[in-house]
This record gives sequence, structure tokens and C-alpha cells, in this order.
Amino acid sequence: MGKLFAVLLAIITIVSATIFIRHTWWMPPDYSLHGIRIDHQLAETMTASGILFVLAQLVLAGFVWRYGDRTDAPAVKRFPGGATPMVILASVLVGVEILTLTLVGSKVWAGIYQSPPEPGSLHIDVQAEQFAFYFRYAGADGAFGGTHPELIDPASGNFFGLDPANDTTARDDIVSGSLAIPVNQPILLSMHAKDVGHAFYVPELRIQQDFVPGLVIPLHFTATRTGKFELVCTQLCGLGHYNMKAYVEVMAPEQFAQWLKDQAAQQ
Amino acid sequence: MSHPATVAPAAAHTHGPPRSFLRKYVFSLDHKVIGKQYLGLALVAVCTGMALSWLMRLHLANPDLALPLIGKLWPNGAPGGVMTPEFYLSLMTMHGTIMVFFVLTTAPFAGFGNFVLPIQIGAEDMAFPRFNMMSFWVTFLAFLVLVSAFFVPAGPPISGWTAYAPLSAVGKDAGPGQGTGQLLWAISIGIFCVGQLLGSLNFIATTLDLRTKGMTLARLPYSTWAWFITSVIGLIAFSVLLPACILLILDHVAGTSFFIPAGLVISDTLQPHSGGSPLLWQHLFWFFGHPEVYIAILPGFGIVSQILPVFARKPLLGPRVLIACMIAIGFLSYAVWGHHMFLSGMNPFSATLFSVPTLIITIPATIITLLWIGSLYGGRLHFTTAMLFCIGFVSVFVSGGISGFFLAQPSIDVYLHGTYFVVGHFHFVMGVAAMFGIFAGTYYWFPKMFGRMMNETLGKIHFALTFVGVYAIFMPMHYLGLHGDVRRYSAFTDEYMKGSIPLHRFITVAALFTGAVQVLFLYNLVRSRFRGAPASDNPWRATTLEWTTSSPPPHDNFGGHHPVVTQGPNEYGATGQAEDYVMQTAPERRPGA
Amino acid sequence: MNRHLAPAIGVLALAGLAAAATDAPAARPAAAGTVSGTVTFTGTPPKMRPIDMSKEPSCAKEHATPVMTENVVTGPGSTVEYVVVYVSAGAPAGPAPTQAVRYDQKGCQYIPHVAVLQAGQPLDIYNNDQTSHNIHPLAKVNPEWNKSQPPGTPPIHASYDKPEFIPVKCNVHPWMHGYFAVLSTSHYAITGNDGKFSLAGLPAGKYTVTAWHERFGTQSQEVTVSEGGTATANFVFKALPY
Repeated sequence: MGKLFAVLLAIITIVSATIFIRHTWWMPPDYSLHGIRIDHQLAETMTASGILFVLAQLVLAGFVWRYGDRTDAPAVKRFPGGATPMVILASVLVGVEILTLTLVGSKVWAGIYQSPPEPGSLHIDVQAEQFAFYFRYAGADGAFGGTHPELIDPASGNFFGLDPANDTTARDDIVSGSLAIPVNQPILLSMHAKDVGHAFYVPELRIQQDFVPGLVIPLHFTATRTGKFELVCTQLCGLGHYNMKAYVEVMAPEQFAQWLKDQAAQQ
Repeated sequence: MSHPATVAPAAAHTHGPPRSFLRKYVFSLDHKVIGKQYLGLALVAVCTGMALSWLMRLHLANPDLALPLIGKLWPNGAPGGVMTPEFYLSLMTMHGTIMVFFVLTTAPFAGFGNFVLPIQIGAEDMAFPRFNMMSFWVTFLAFLVLVSAFFVPAGPPISGWTAYAPLSAVGKDAGPGQGTGQLLWAISIGIFCVGQLLGSLNFIATTLDLRTKGMTLARLPYSTWAWFITSVIGLIAFSVLLPACILLILDHVAGTSFFIPAGLVISDTLQPHSGGSPLLWQHLFWFFGHPEVYIAILPGFGIVSQILPVFARKPLLGPRVLIACMIAIGFLSYAVWGHHMFLSGMNPFSATLFSVPTLIITIPATIITLLWIGSLYGGRLHFTTAMLFCIGFVSVFVSGGISGFFLAQPSIDVYLHGTYFVVGHFHFVMGVAAMFGIFAGTYYWFPKMFGRMMNETLGKIHFALTFVGVYAIFMPMHYLGLHGDVRRYSAFTDEYMKGSIPLHRFITVAALFTGAVQVLFLYNLVRSRFRGAPASDNPWRATTLEWTTSSPPPHDNFGGHHPVVTQGPNEYGATGQAEDYVMQTAPERRPGA
Repeated sequence: MNRHLAPAIGVLALAGLAAAATDAPAARPAAAGTVSGTVTFTGTPPKMRPIDMSKEPSCAKEHATPVMTENVVTGPGSTVEYVVVYVSAGAPAGPAPTQAVRYDQKGCQYIPHVAVLQAGQPLDIYNNDQTSHNIHPLAKVNPEWNKSQPPGTPPIHASYDKPEFIPVKCNVHPWMHGYFAVLSTSHYAITGNDGKFSLAGLPAGKYTVTAWHERFGTQSQEVTVSEGGTATANFVFKALPY
């Protein structure tokens, strides 16, 4: 039984690790400026913890194989050196590893979440609601109209609760159900939720952020290549959660300008 | 209490054996009966929770699948047998809640703890037997209230076991089940907290006050240490969740706005609330929720640390280090709750603050794992089913713990947070590991509980198939997560996720298989209870006090006398004498000399 | 349609049976009068806006050109569509028909935009799409419910006991908005794009006729119908651009 179990454990370990190493299922290619650092951090962690995983499981399997079902050995052996050297070694090794990961990782994190948006960012207002995303561009006047929850009326397309009757800045606001952004331009999103918590997740752009009702949360990023991706909700928001999505299209600047013009005409 | 409270340990708190059926088996004050009641409740709960997960997996494999029987049972949730998205989410909510609260908290902690802890310290019962009985019946009531949500018109809640506000707080506008169903959930969990607070207090008082003569803290068995540390964690954790549930109930029924900010428009209705904070719920919940992970897993640590040396026939490596590490984990568990909230909109600076202790917690966890692996070195391993589940525990704990390395870092969590990677992680480290601890405990203590041995052959088959099964279910979830597949989805309609549906189907098959394997365990339980080979007092040749008394123990555990402890629990591998172990009650002598 | 039966209790109890017998149209056509008219607006109505269905490709591809919002639909000559015109006083409430009203979800739109039914009349809701919808009628007077309807599942059967204009929405597709107009009378009509309506089968007498529009609200007027004659009732709503 012991040897069988040891073999089973070794096979599971090797198969599991191989699928990771071969990238059979892996992240999609990165399209963002900051994503390369996330990928790097993930790869470092994968290497370090992959070695730990394989080592720990194989040593476990090895001990099970070696010391199982023994009738020949009269006396048991103590672990060489006892617990103390092992504890010290483990603390130092794991300590160094987590220190490194923290130092590098918090720089990556800070680069995304703790730095101010670049000047000249394109500002887009994002509203998450059950079960769709809506995006608002400031329009020709460069100013967003104020939002009034009591005026929200999806039946007439007023998803944001704008007040065009009294608020002239609201009249040229461009509202869209998909997010178009120009490539290589810093984007600043102002994220707010209409009803319950939601989240903004685009794997290709390596961004994920919750929407919190009552808060406006800034998020900034730059897309480096053109393409069309799915933006999905990753915070449980109700029955339609699985179908809450929008498309993100990263466009060439001139194409984006044209898109904006077309949208403005439709408002 | 009607019993005289004296300071003499173990002499106090006696109550005569009950005569009536009701007092003996239902409203029993006997910790052994209460422990079995908890385990029985956990068994009912785990079967329910697993059945729910089967339905979830079937739905994920094919969302259009029509199951006429389910359609008959829940005509609203599954019209024509096709499960609706909200039905899926209610299955998910109930699965999570039942498993976390009514299985992973009750079985390893309240169940085994109740049965074993007083005997292991040489006490006749818990410090507060009436509180103990109340604790179980309150927990049972909580379970009934939770399950009753299946029978209200709009169905059970759909906001997950974490019940994030305002989805959970605003009532029916937020979706089916969010009215009465969610309210019942909050009431159930509130009641559950009361039960666990009573239990935790009892465990702490019992461990500190009722140890028999010679049972110093240094001689305390590791499982008792683990239950003791767990009860301290539980006392703090549940006393935070309880008021959180009360606030949530008030938001539902009293029109308060603890968790609801102003200006929310839900289902075209401007909500009459203002001033609350959704993040407040998350902080309160995870301040409980993260320690809860350790409430589920620390008893497993104790059980494994207790059983490994028995079947390795050698002392556990570094027992003092083990206890120090468990205490360290207990403390650290209160400094890490924010790692569930890296992307929640909380101040991004605090992410680093929460990330560091989360990573630090891997140091004691790594050390404990190494102690277990090191304890196998040079041993004479006896692969009983209990031992196999302990080694399996180490393996899945390593797998789940290592994926925690990724999620502890905000810069990686930003990619993985909402994905199946997290589902794989917490099922390994909290679900499967804790379940393996429960299985190990069951195979190990069953002879003591019922005086009969479990069938080892069936047990080993059960272990092998379960071990392969859980890896087949939860390892692929890590791949799905890396691929960006989002959790808590009832169907995968996004283009980029459609490609991994075959992997989802594989997981479904593995889940159905692994679930079916558990029938072996149930059969073994029932059969062994009535037909198992009679168990001797100490079938495993173990050292701790529960093995000094008869199987099953008499009503007062030790038949009128009080054991006197002279040894630690770790005296295995002795040479030059008839037995290779020394009981904790052995006459004083140098072991192994 | 002619059933001004004596409102005796015994008769009411038999109403269910009687309905089947008297439902045959034109039982006494010679005596019936009609109210007809047109609904128009003055001012500037809000623009109908194209609906962005990009999040649901299976619906978006069913429409060659974008579907427009339907909360204010106007026709040539300032006419208003989807106005429910009904006799709000003067005619006795007949028993509810047993024939179900059909409400479709197709291409992520409600068809019809406004479903008119009588209190107690069955309502069957169908999902013709390849995606799951949830039907969430925001009833205030009647019981509220909210149910998903996955593709390929049987129709949802519903009915409402009390008269009410109930907004209907699909949370999964926030642009989907419609109405259930639950009336206590069987004398109703809904305007087409030409704004015209006609309430036939009314015996001679004095009636209050009410026009309801989801955005413009309600207007009522008294009309007198002569035996076999046609009375005219025109409604004019005031429209604002925003």
C-alpha cells in the first residue's frame, strides 16, 4: 500500500507540474504597459513555488516509499539534527523568498494602484450595474455632466441619471455599452456602481478592480496593442453575473476619433 | 449550574448517568454524546452540501441540461428541469454556507473536540455541560433555519457564503432569494455564532481548568492544543460575525443603512437608504472569515500531529515548535483579513500592509509541514486508513498552501482574484485538507466512539480513490484560473472562456466520481457501527488518555478514577522493552533509556 | 363583448361559465356603440435612441439596424404609439377571459412593448432567444416576482388580480423595458403608430375614457355613446425633450 501510494503521489505531482510548465492553460498575451511586470512577478512566484511543490510532494512520496511497511528495521531514526536546524533553514529560506517577493511585488502593485494617473490621460466614466457596463465620454466640451440617481431611466437610455434639461454639460456626453480606447494613450477610469458591487476584469489588460457602491474608484492603465477583448464582471452581483460583460476595443488613434464622432452622432 | 464548582480538577462537574432516552441521546449533557451529535449533524450537512455541489457541477458542464426530477422538486428554480442562473447561485450560496459553517466548523472542532478533548485531558466532562448541550441545539436550530430558505417562495439567497453588501442588504430588489432567503441566512448564521461562542468558551474553560493531575500544558496532546487554540480564535471571530449579522438583519427589517450607501438604484427603484458602507461588511466579515479558515484547518493540524507519530512509531519532530507555530498562526490570522480585499476598493496602500503578514504566515505553515514530513523520516510507517488520510492531508495542504503564495501578493491577485484559481486554492487548503483531517479522525477515533473497528480494506480503497479524485477536481481549477476563467459563473458565455468548457466537464466527471466514492465511507460507517470487529481499549497502541479507558468509554470516562499523567504524549519508538511506546499514565521512568 | 349583465351576486358566481357563452363576439352588434380617436402630442418629444446590444451578441445579430428605445414612440403627424386607452368608469367589469395573453422576448426586446390584459387573465411569457432572460415585473399593488427563463424552457405562466400598470424589466439586459397594463375592464385598445384607437362594443351610455402612456401619464375624458353610434375622444399629451 505504501509503495503504491508513493507512486500515485509522484505521478499526480509530475502530471500537475507538467501542465503548469507546458502552459497548457495559461494567461492570454499581455496588451498593457504594466502587465509585463505582473507576468514577471507571476513567473518568479511560479518558479519558486513550483520547486517547493515538487520537492515537498516528492520527498513526502519518497519517505512513504522508503519508510513504509518496514518490519526489518528494529529502531526508528531521528531526523538528522532534529527540528532546530530545519526550522532555522526553513525560516531563512522562506523569509528571504517572501521578502524578495514583497519588495518586488509591492513595486509592481504601487506602479498600478499607488501612482497618480499620467497627465493627459483620457478620462472615461464607467458605471457597473445589474448586469451591464456603461461607459461615458465627456464629449465635445470635455466636461462630464452631473449624475442624479433619481433621474436614472434605462427605458430611455439614461443609464447614468444625467439631467440634460438643466445641465448643459450633460447634453454632449457620449454613452456607450462598449469601451473603446486609443492605443498607447493613458486611460483613466472613474468607476462607480449603480446598485450592488461589481468588478472590472480584462485578462488581456491585466486589470481587475471592484466597483463599490457609494465610492468612485480611479483606475488607470495604458493599452499597448490594438485588439478586441471581453470585459467581464468578477464580483458576484446577482442572477445575471455570468452574463455581465462588455467589449473593450483598443483602436488606432484615428479610428478612435472616428468612433467617438459616430457615437456622438447617435446620442 | 447545579453542580458545585470547586477548584479540584476533574472532581467537579460530575453528573450521574441519565436514565431516560431523551436525556441520554437527545438532550444529553454528556460531551461524548454531544460530540457524536455534532458529527451526525456534520454528516447530514456534508451530504447536503455535496449533493448541491453535484447539481452545480452538472449545470456547469451543460447549462441547458434538463433534469426532470430537479424540475419537480424546484419548479421555480429549475423550470422544466433546466436550472436557472439564480438557482445555480442559490446552490452555490448554500453549498458554501453549509460546508464552511456546518461541516468544517462543526466536525473537526465541535465534533471531535467535544468527544476527545475532555478524555484526552483526563476530565469527566466539559466545564459547562449545559452550555455544551445548548451549543449543539442552537447550532442545530441554525441549520434548520438555513435549510428552510429552500422552502420560501423566492428561494435561498444568491449572494454567496460571503454575503457581500449591498447585494445581501437591500432585500428582494437585488434579486430572487435576496429578501426572505437572505434574511433567513443572516438569522441562521447569527444563531450559529451563538452556538460556537458557547462551545469556544467551554473548550477554553475545560482545557484550562479540568486537566487531570500531572496533565501540564507541556504534556497536553497536540490535538487538544489545536482545539484549544481554535477555540480562542473562534471566541474572537464569532463575536465579530454575530454583531455583523445583527446589523445585516437590521438593514433588512428595521430600515437601517449600516451597509448601504445613498443613491443606489436597484431594479429601477431608488433605495431608501443612505450613509452605510459596503466595505464595512467586508471588513467585519473577513475579520471573522480569515480566522474561520484556521478554525477549520487547525483541528486538522492537531489531528494529523496526533496521529502521524502513532503510525510512524516514532516521536513527532519538534512538538514545541509545532505548538509555537500553531499559536503564531492563530495570532497572525487576525492580521491578514485584508488579503481578501486587495481589489475591494480599500486604500491600495493597505494592500501591502495585509500582504506582508499573509506571506509571513507561510513561515509557521511551512515549518509545520516540514515537521510532519520530517516525522516520517526513519519511521516504521503503518499505513492504516487514518495514517493515509494524514499523509494525504500533508499533500493537499502543501498544494493548497503553495497556491496561496500567488494570492497573497496583490500584484498577482490583481489577475487571479476573481478566477477559479482561488476556488482551487481554498478547496485544497480549507475544504479537502480539513475533510482529510475529519476522515483521519473518524478512522482513528471510531473504535473509541463505538467500540468497533472500521473496515480497513474499504477504508484504503476509499482513501485512494478520494485522493486521486480531489486532485482531479481541484488541480485543474488552478489552470482555469490562470486562463482567466471567472468563478461564481453559472455558465460560460464569454468567448474566451468557452474554450475551457471541456476542462469543466472533466472536473464535473471527477466530482461525480469522487462524490460517489464517499458511499464507500458511509457504508463502512454504518456497517462498522453494527458489524465491525470489536475494538480493544488501545487498538492503535497510542499513548494518550483516551486509549487508557474502555471503548467506548463509560459515562464518566474513566470509571470512577482519575488518571494521573506522568508522560508527554510523544513517547513513541522506545526500545529495550515489550512495547515501543509509553502511555501518558505510565509509572514514572525514563522513556527509551 | 356585450355583457352588461345584472350585477347580482349569483350571476357573478356563474360569471366564469357565462364568459364562455357570451364571449362569442357580436352577440348584439346592433346595439353596440364605439369610442374612437387619436392620441397626439404637442411640444418636442425626447429622441428615440439606438440601443447598444453589444453585450449580447446573440441578440445584436438579429437586428440589421439598431433597435430604438420604445418609451416614447411617435408617428407622422405627432401621433403617439403604445398608449393604452380604456373605459375607466361606466362599464361594468366583466369576467376575465380565459385566453392567455402572449408576451415574447425576442432579439432582447419585449414584444409587444406593452401587453394589455384584464385582471385575472392568464399571461404566458416566452423566451425565443438563445440567451437567458429574467422577467422582473416591478409590481407594487400585485405581488412582485423575479424569475429567470433559460432558453428552451417552458413559458412562464402568470396572472395579476388587481388592476395596475406594471413596469417590466430584464436585469440581464438593462435596456429591455416593457409594461403589463392590467385593467379591470375588457374595453380597451392600444394605439398603433398612427395614434388611433377604437373601443367597440359599448352599449349606449356615459363613460369615462382614460388614456395612459408610460411616460406622459394619464388623461381622462367623459364621452356619451349613443345606440350604435360612434363617439370621438382625442387625447393630446404635452411632450418635453428631456
